[in-house]
Amino acid sequence: MVAAVANEASALEVREVTKSFPLPEDPAVRRLALDAVSLSMPAGELASLVGPSGCGKSTLLRLIAGLDMPDSGELAVGAELITEPNAERGLVFQDPNLFPWLTVRRNIEAGLVARHVLHEKRHEVDEFMRLVGLESFADAYPHHLSGGMAQRVALARALINHPKVLLLDEPLGALDAFTRMRMQDEVLRLWQARRKTMLLVTHDIDEAIYMSDRIVIMTQRPGRIERIIPVNLSRPRDRSSSEFLQLRSEILELLHFAGGVA
Amino acid sequence: MLQEASRRGPEINSARTDATLGDVAAERGTKRWRTWLPVPLANLICLAVHWFVSKTESPAETRSYFVFLWNFLAVSFLLAIAQLWLPALRRRMRQAGPIFAVALLTLCAWELITTGFRLLPLPYFPSPAGVFQSLINDRALLFDSTWHSLVLLLGGYALGVIAGLISGICIGWSTPVRYWGMPILKVVGPIPATAWIPLAMVISPSAVFSAASLIALAVWFPVTMLTASGISNTRASYLDVARTLGAGRRYLIFRVAIPAALPSIFIGLFMGLGASFLTLVVAETVGVKSGLGWYVSWAQGWAEYGKVFAALVIMAAFFSTIMTVLFKVRDRVLVWQKGVIKW
Repeated sequence: MVAAVANEASALEVREVTKSFPLPEDPAVRRLALDAVSLSMPAGELASLVGPSGCGKSTLLRLIAGLDMPDSGELAVGAELITEPNAERGLVFQDPNLFPWLTVRRNIEAGLVARHVLHEKRHEVDEFMRLVGLESFADAYPHHLSGGMAQRVALARALINHPKVLLLDEPLGALDAFTRMRMQDEVLRLWQARRKTMLLVTHDIDEAIYMSDRIVIMTQRPGRIERIIPVNLSRPRDRSSSEFLQLRSEILELLHFAGGVA
Repeated sequence: MLQEASRRGPEINSARTDATLGDVAAERGTKRWRTWLPVPLANLICLAVHWFVSKTESPAETRSYFVFLWNFLAVSFLLAIAQLWLPALRRRMRQAGPIFAVALLTLCAWELITTGFRLLPLPYFPSPAGVFQSLINDRALLFDSTWHSLVLLLGGYALGVIAGLISGICIGWSTPVRYWGMPILKVVGPIPATAWIPLAMVISPSAVFSAASLIALAVWFPVTMLTASGISNTRASYLDVARTLGAGRRYLIFRVAIPAALPSIFIGLFMGLGASFLTLVVAETVGVKSGLGWYVSWAQGWAEYGKVFAALVIMAAFFSTIMTVLFKVRDRVLVWQKGVIKW
């Protein structure tokens, strides 16, 4: 309806979001996972979220996806508040979570079927299979795929809905080093081709520097945003350049410090 | 002459390459013997024993078995020859040969124990020849009984599966339904369906109808239980992914939870099938006036134990065929699991 302003409005806003969970051993007590987190992302930005494990990165991603609701604060894409999951915010997990009972093609189609638009948009399925280079595996079942291939299917499945925001929760975390670097380039290629707003959770600082416009560093539980570091290196980036390495040691120091306090 | 030889040449060659191309294992002599020899050999032993043992009996009672064994022998020889040119057949024969041979030897042992040495009291334990004769003589009634059993079984089973799937999905998906449904399931479900027979006879207008509902009840419990557990154990991340893809509730239930629960549902279907066989036979024995269960108790009433055994043979074939069909359906439906789970 408002497609013309969509690009401007698709910026992601996280305002003073707090989230706590009941302790598994004592449900009456709640532990704070996110403490007044605010973050603003312009449309088309690729940002990374790094921090020690348990700092609430995945929680933040789930809130943005709409899978969980915050205790307080609000989240919005453009002018629209996030109240439930929908196809505008795609989410890719570390485990590809492909539906094992569907072939690669049917997995990629899933979003179209869910939104009842398969009939009009069937032609896009082939396009997205080509995009991630899996045309020849259209009729394979997920258990036949390698980790990298499965993750490419998961990416295509999320992208076919043309989400305004793509959330990536350590999508490359389970891959071996070589597949991982290849997939980083692939994700960058997809991002450059489609200019989605992308938020990437990662443990890997090299990955964060290599890929993102900004790196958001979070503190140990309860999760707060410690610092946001812009990455002003030109693309494609060289993993062994001195600027790259300098930024890397800077962030490592910061993270060590962040981890030490808690 | 020469022409004929040259015409034959390639044929012979192809046969030879075919043989060499067969399984490497087949090239060893013993393996090759094992492929075709056991069945004819066991068959010959059977024939010899039968010929020896049945001299004392009237030929009219054992002729069918004799004919059966001769036919079996002829077929096994034909197969032994055919497998020389058919590698696929050879592989199957190597697989199944020993099983068939042992089955024949079991028949042979049975004959020795019964009519041979008369180790078992006679009217109750007829020889395989006697059973075979009953099978042939009473085929019309046996066929009719099998047909009635089949209709009753499938009717009751279908009813139970439909009810079980519906209640299982509701209990597995919805928390309030689970809260109220689970106690009923836990209290009523474990009662064996056959225990309801006295009540069912009183309530229901017809014996067939009450038998069908008892079978349905027997099937309903395991199907409900395993469907509910499959649905409620759907991996949360599949549901999360589907929701971020824009899925509504219908999609979540019918396209995520149910497919994810299918392996569990099939276990319920198998358990239900076993329970349905049991209930079918019991219901036919005590109430329904047709079917294989009825046939067994009727034959027993006349002390015709040949017929009892004949009905048991038919039941074995009948039930295992239905089981096999369900296995095939499962393999088709769960093709996506191939290599993931074996059971």
